[in-house]
Amino acid sequence: MRTRHSDNGHNHPLGSEITPANAHHNRRQMMQHLATGVAGVALASWASRQALAQSDKALARPGKLAPLASRPSTMAGANSMEKPTTYADASTYNNFYEFGTDKADPAKNAHSLKTRPWSVEVEGLVKKPGRWDIEDLLKLSAMEERIYRMRCVEGWSMVIPWVGYSLSELIKRVEPQGSAKFVEFVTLADPKTMPFVGSRVLEWPYVEGLRLDEAMHPLTLLTFGMYGEVLPNQNGAPIRLNVPWKYGFKNAKSIVKIRFVEKQPATAWVKSASHEYGFYSNVNPNVDHPRWSQATERRIGEDGLLTKKRKTLMFNGYEAQVGQLYAGMDLTKNY
Amino acid sequence: MWRHPAAKPCLGMLLALPALWLVYAAANDALGPNPAEALIRQTGDWTLRALCLALAVTPIRVLTGQLVLIRFRRMIGVTVFVYAVLHLLCYAWLDMGLDVADITRDIAKRPFILVGFVALLLLTSLAATSFNRAVRWLGAQRWQALHRCVYAVAALAVLHFYWMRSGKNNFLEVGVYAAILATLLAWRLWHRWHKRQYK
Repeated sequence: MRTRHSDNGHNHPLGSEITPANAHHNRRQMMQHLATGVAGVALASWASRQALAQSDKALARPGKLAPLASRPSTMAGANSMEKPTTYADASTYNNFYEFGTDKADPAKNAHSLKTRPWSVEVEGLVKKPGRWDIEDLLKLSAMEERIYRMRCVEGWSMVIPWVGYSLSELIKRVEPQGSAKFVEFVTLADPKTMPFVGSRVLEWPYVEGLRLDEAMHPLTLLTFGMYGEVLPNQNGAPIRLNVPWKYGFKNAKSIVKIRFVEKQPATAWVKSASHEYGFYSNVNPNVDHPRWSQATERRIGEDGLLTKKRKTLMFNGYEAQVGQLYAGMDLTKNY
Repeated sequence: MWRHPAAKPCLGMLLALPALWLVYAAANDALGPNPAEALIRQTGDWTLRALCLALAVTPIRVLTGQLVLIRFRRMIGVTVFVYAVLHLLCYAWLDMGLDVADITRDIAKRPFILVGFVALLLLTSLAATSFNRAVRWLGAQRWQALHRCVYAVAALAVLHFYWMRSGKNNFLEVGVYAAILATLLAWRLWHRWHKRQYK
């Protein structure tokens, strides 16, 4: 029933038939890498991504916003081999309630968001509190591209190439005190530029939080861009979070404040419906949402209308990397 | 104009338009990034809209004196049933992959799904007795008593929708449908009371 363009991976020409200019260039680059003896790990990761890129154009820069240079991440688990969601889908179908509750609303309404000047206040139990200008944050550490699965609590998922660096880079620089156990992320709540701030859907500002060890985990990404460009407003520009083993709503967007605290922060969805959403909100196919199953998910733009939904993976497939954070914890109680 | 022989086919076409549009949109990838979700939601929306329309027939008849409008009521009622079946089909097929064991578990497990399913069962009993001979079989009084189930269907449908939206605390649309259905029901109660007063 559903028709898609030929670049969705089902109908692309054989590699032997055409050699795109970039592939040509990449092969030359690969030989240069070989010649100069780049570390094996980096090469392996690069080569696997290259294989992906040649069969798929989703990784090509969409050419909509300013480019944000990065290098492919070499971290274990940071490069999903699955087909990335198209930029069109990833930038027009998402939740950002400050701009409306329909998933098409953010793309329609977020043009009013002003992302410059922008700063992030770091406060609470840290030795070096202070205000960070976005330009300084952009230069704080080397930008990496990481291809993460993103599983929404509503039962759909995407694969998105994000650009950023581990949140731990920032945390190390502000030096948390021994008493800091949790990190709270406060996001922008500006009724002038965000039409749905003030609606009774949630409490504003939208607040999210992580345990300090979760925040320090290298996969937790402080994100500034996607698809090789700066973040579109609707996806949480200019700075957001990505915690790929948790449901998407944990990824605070348009962050203005990062607080280090002793007690577990009261997060937006827990305040709104604590029987449905927990603080941890790790992706878990065995613990259902009260109103729907979390055992399966629909991959946006990938699975056809009549394709059976795919199985959701424990910790969204990042169990090898993050499982030990929750050793001995009852994940049914701590949902 | 309501007695015109073409009136019924015209209304039938009109009532079928949303379904035809959805089929066309699905075939042409015009339902956004998540077409399955769009189909499930929109068939549900149209079920509720048709239900409001079906329950509005009697008040409109009485208030406007256009008693002839009764000839359209059955068609609108059956439309409610058809959209509800499409809604169930979309859910069972697109969301559950037609896995009967999964669907049964889902219905048993989630009150939200159960409520929708019970509403559809009630609607099925109404649709099954919607033809003339059924009225004769049952007798007018029993038939009418059975078809008062439509009020229960309305209540269950609103509850189903309310539950579905409760996650986003977004009850504006639910409130609109609830208000329309409540008004239509309140009018009936008032009308009955009024008739009894002046008998």
